[in-house]
Amino acid sequence: MTPLRISIVGVVASALLILIVLELIRGRRLKERYALLWLATGAVLLVLSAWREALNTIAGWLGVTGYPPAVLFAVATLFILLVLLHYSTVLSKLTDENVELAQRIALLEERVSRALRASNTTKL
Amino acid sequence: MTASKSLGRLVAVIPAFDESEVIGKVVDEIRAFDASVDIVVIDDASTDDTAEIAESHGAIVLRLPHNVGIGGAVQTGFKFALAENYDTAVRLDGDGQHDASELEKLLAPLERGEADLVIGSRFVDPGGTYRPPLARRIGIRVFARLVSLLGGQRVTDTTSGFLALDRIGIELFAAEYPHDYPEVEATLVALRSGLRLAQVQVRMRERETGSSSITFVRSLYYVAKVTLALLVASLRRYPRLETARR
Ligand SMILES: Nc1nc2c(ncn2[C@@H]2O[C@H](COP(=O)(O)OP(=O)(O)O)[C@@H](O)[C@H]2O)c(=O)[nH]1
Ligand SMILES: [Mg+2]
Repeated sequence: MTPLRISIVGVVASALLILIVLELIRGRRLKERYALLWLATGAVLLVLSAWREALNTIAGWLGVTGYPPAVLFAVATLFILLVLLHYSTVLSKLTDENVELAQRIALLEERVSRALRASNTTKL
Repeated sequence: MTASKSLGRLVAVIPAFDESEVIGKVVDEIRAFDASVDIVVIDDASTDDTAEIAESHGAIVLRLPHNVGIGGAVQTGFKFALAENYDTAVRLDGDGQHDASELEKLLAPLERGEADLVIGSRFVDPGGTYRPPLARRIGIRVFARLVSLLGGQRVTDTTSGFLALDRIGIELFAAEYPHDYPEVEATLVALRSGLRLAQVQVRMRERETGSSSITFVRSLYYVAKVTLALLVASLRRYPRLETARR
């Protein structure tokens, strides 16, 4: 059985995570798009911490016999991996967009200076 | 040169990063080869006056606001070629290693309408004189084998970067070009998109000034990145470009 203290710490920690994420969204420092995975992480950890029988049952399924809270760590780790992977895809997209922007600026600048030169010579 | 008629309008695309010592000479040499070629230098946020020097030698200069890497820079040139409706593009390094007097050979297969992409290879002719360091030579060979295998055509040099493209090739590379260490993967993408590839033996010079941007640690990243990109590219589908042309 999971020690009660661990359950309490788990509930508090995951509730805190959810509150922090909500506050960040409220202050517009975090976009909903990137908050959803964090909220899911908090929610799953909250449920598994508060609902002690469920944690035990899942631990049984997974063959974790001695220490059910290990499942909490495993789930938390899994979600963090998901979040990181998600960030890597976001980063890749931003990188591509960033290069594309740089390229367009270079092309536009050249066109603008060419157009300016042309209009200067016709004026003169 | 008489080639420019059937090749249409010709543009030379030159990526350059901190090449102030040689870029002027590179531009002049291309001009000497054919005065009608438009020369585009892509300055990848150099810390020296590469852009100013290129401009004073009469090149069109595209200035990237920050360093995007060699592939992203070269692609800017291809996008320029596409937007400005050039019929043919050649790509040379900004460090002077690609010899402009070899351009005639590079353009010949395009002129005959035999290819969409011509690679200036150092190894078509086994008696060639270019001898890169051993580690690099092995890398070059391995990638050539891998691209040949995955692309279904024997390729002798996938890293040379000295190449010529017709309009279809320009369109492909303007749309799709890897951002760093691009040459090997781009060769495979071209093959898988159905471009007709020709390879001609070219002389290549040793570096005159500065040093190669490819250091030991970077070469490890290079090998890992390119290998992964090749394997993944061979799993992707590329639209086959129409090969009945002009
Ligand atoms: N755009 C861009 N070009 C680069 C960068 N680093 C090197 N180059 C250019 O890439 C070309 C080949 O680079 P180099 O270091 O000589 O590689 P190597 O010839 O394979 O040894 C030259 O034209 C360089 O100016 C970079 O960060 N960005
Ligand atoms: Mg070089």
